Amino acid sequence: MIGLYHYLGLGAVVFAVAVAGMFINRKNMILLLMCVELMLLAVNINFIAFSRFSGNISGQVFVFFILTVAAAEAAVGLAILVVLFRNRNSINVSEINHLKG
Amino acid sequence: MSPGAITYQALFYLFAAGIVFSGLRVITARNPVHSALFLVLALVNAAILWVQMGAEFLGIILVLVYVGAVMVMFLFVVMMLDINAATMRKGMTRYAPLGLIISGLIAAEIGWALWGHYLGIANTPHTAVAPAGISNTEELGRALYTHYIYVFEIAAVILLLGIISAIVLTLRWRPNTRRQDINQQLRVHKTSDHMRLVDLRDNSRGRKES
Repeated sequence: MIGLYHYLGLGAVVFAVAVAGMFINRKNMILLLMCVELMLLAVNINFIAFSRFSGNISGQVFVFFILTVAAAEAAVGLAILVVLFRNRNSINVSEINHLKG
Repeated sequence: MSPGAITYQALFYLFAAGIVFSGLRVITARNPVHSALFLVLALVNAAILWVQMGAEFLGIILVLVYVGAVMVMFLFVVMMLDINAATMRKGMTRYAPLGLIISGLIAAEIGWALWGHYLGIANTPHTAVAPAGISNTEELGRALYTHYIYVFEIAAVILLLGIISAIVLTLRWRPNTRRQDINQQLRVHKTSDHMRLVDLRDNSRGRKES
């Protein structure tokens, strides 16, 4: 029977994949943003699994807020990405310090 | 084991494998567009797992908001910017061993914590969240609009902050575009500010006679 452990293990694996992705694609800012989304997905899976198996709705409420904040974060991150591309004509993370005042 | 339980188990492993596979493709794909599309696949698989766990509302929200809005925005940006994928991938393998070590370490630590039966999760009952007669959406809404109402309002403010900051960051003033200047519009007082009278002589008669 599928229990809490299965979901937590899945969350751990997805989180580890996202961390590996951050190291592998450390130059490409858009891939870094996608890896952040993947990490948040892993955390959300854990939240929902705990909510389901402890019979408490609060976990799902927190997933709701995480989704909200992640949407705002993606919007701001992509705006910064567009500004970086306009100024430097590349999306290399190591050039992001050229954006300061 | 009942057939329903076997189906549940099979579906869990199917969609969990889908999430892990598409996650791996997200971080290894050559083209950023492919990464974004595989992230969409991972999110859809996760939404199915959430629905399977009884979180129907959040599963639908994940598909609608994440796949429908956030990932479409990602795809817009990826396709709008002309990214040279080859230079982006230069030096990709240099840090790959370090990344694998650290991610393996993280997975091992989480696995150890799970294996060690900390948190008392071994005794967690397999209870369904929803009491009889109340849907998941209704229960979530009841919690959200009573206990978490202030947090809900703060979330709204955070979304507003996201809108404003995204607009302010990407807005640029070009010199030769025509735009509405409300300050200038409010500053007019005299009739001559409102309109300009053009003296149009009737030249057609002279042309006819000639």
